[in-house]
Amino acid sequence: MNTGDTAWVLISAALVMLMTPGLAFFYGGMVRSKSVLNMLMMSFISLAVVSVLWVLYGYSLAFGNDIGAGLLGGFGNIGLKGVIGQLTGADGHQTPVLAFVMFQLMFAIITPALISGAIADRAKFWGWTLFIGLWVTIVYFPVAHWVFAFSSADGSTVGGWIANNLKALDFAGGTAVHINAGAAGLAVALVLGKRKGWPKEPMRPHNLPFVLLGAALLWFGWYGFNAGSALAANETAAVAFTTTTVATAAAVLGWLLVEQFRDGKPTTLGAASGAVAGLVAITPACAFVSPLGAIAIGVIAGALCSLAVGLKFRFGFDDSLDVVGVHLVGGLVGTLLIGFFGTTSVNSAGADGLFYGGGFSQLGKQAVAAFAVLGFSFVLTFIIAFVVNKTVGFRATEEAEVAGIDEAEHAESAYEFGAFSSARGANKGSVTAGATAVLEGSNKS
Amino acid sequence: MKLVTAIIKPFTLDDVKGALEQLGVLGMTVSEVQGYGRQKGHTEVYRGAEYSVDFVPKIKVEVVVDDTAVEKVLEAVVEAARTGKIGDGKVWVTPVDAVVRVRTGERGSDAL
Repeated sequence: MNTGDTAWVLISAALVMLMTPGLAFFYGGMVRSKSVLNMLMMSFISLAVVSVLWVLYGYSLAFGNDIGAGLLGGFGNIGLKGVIGQLTGADGHQTPVLAFVMFQLMFAIITPALISGAIADRAKFWGWTLFIGLWVTIVYFPVAHWVFAFSSADGSTVGGWIANNLKALDFAGGTAVHINAGAAGLAVALVLGKRKGWPKEPMRPHNLPFVLLGAALLWFGWYGFNAGSALAANETAAVAFTTTTVATAAAVLGWLLVEQFRDGKPTTLGAASGAVAGLVAITPACAFVSPLGAIAIGVIAGALCSLAVGLKFRFGFDDSLDVVGVHLVGGLVGTLLIGFFGTTSVNSAGADGLFYGGGFSQLGKQAVAAFAVLGFSFVLTFIIAFVVNKTVGFRATEEAEVAGIDEAEHAESAYEFGAFSSARGANKGSVTAGATAVLEGSNKS
Repeated sequence: MKLVTAIIKPFTLDDVKGALEQLGVLGMTVSEVQGYGRQKGHTEVYRGAEYSVDFVPKIKVEVVVDDTAVEKVLEAVVEAARTGKIGDGKVWVTPVDAVVRVRTGERGSDAL
């Protein structure tokens, strides 16, 4: 066992874990103050649900020995059977399989959490929780198998069709995570319908500092996501770290420049969104393109995504926090641009794209992978969301939506707005008056 | 008795409250309100989508005072709430027919 590589994989797993609460703040700041708790909870519950399912059967369905045609892993590793004590990786770079299990778990957690932005302000909490369980089982675990499960060198374990048969390149999850979540976001937004008042009523972000804080946590955690996907502390990880940094930086600039020309002002929300768009787009490409290629991908993703977020107004679907505009479009940009900017000079395991004399062959493979995941995810998500909505209920009532989903679903409110009193008044205890009144009331009865 | 209603900029509330306390005004009701006057709203842009924000957050302060105190109260509120910029707000006075203190049943000026 290589302790250096093992340390890197474990640290990367922890970094990716941090992305989900980071995402919660990124999304939470964008909603109105009456639904921020629900928005945070939609991400946080994914940590709880998916961790349990992953150990029970998720890892096995995604990374167990293929049951046929590269579509799904088998049941051989149910309950993590046959995993403990096992090693994986090339000679000299072996790491515990269990470290890989935890690393991949964090991907399975954040992917459904990404979808939640499409249905802000209007989802029933238990409906959403059930949806997560069904969605990872029916959509994510199979797609992770297609994309992330590589057949072992000795042929003892067979992996998924995109990784092994099609040989499309997706280093850290442009298809399995971002196109997958983006297509699913579109489907759930269509099933649940528009929020009351959208798009006429202004639904402004209530806390942009949260959004920027969340974006920064995502950027930090993304080093685990991308550089960690090398599964070793090596040159490939360093390449991924570099391309991730520079593509994200370029995407911030790309998004802000579009805003400056179109709207006249560079915004905080634009900077945060640009960073995430860049991170999304470089994810599949991070180990297969040069740093200069990464800059190009970043600028293109930042500019395109900032234009794509307007699509929902044109087509009339309430993808509240732009899961489609950022994750679906950003994921497509990154996945397809490997077909242009991919180069084996960076990584012999990659491929030469159109700009490096590779012709159209890799681009074709990338497109097949991207649209296969897009179509599969959209159709199945639509069905899952529809069934959840018709059975346990997914869309909140109009009354709950207007009053605020936090109060209706969680019986909580995020902020105490009643404090007119100055600091002087607060010292006199007037702030606690409300709580005292409730206590007195209960004594009376 | 008169009801003095003041619509003011939120950050001037502490000054207005202080000025009223100085005059011996013993209570007030404060609410968060939104509205616009000549100041109008403004435009904000989020991810390229323009929102025109018509209503600006304001504070409404209401106090009931004796007829003799009205002028002083008006003066004090206006003084405390004024920044000299557009959007400082408005103050108006309306007659009040009767006031009752709930606890004792006292009426009129005694109830203030």
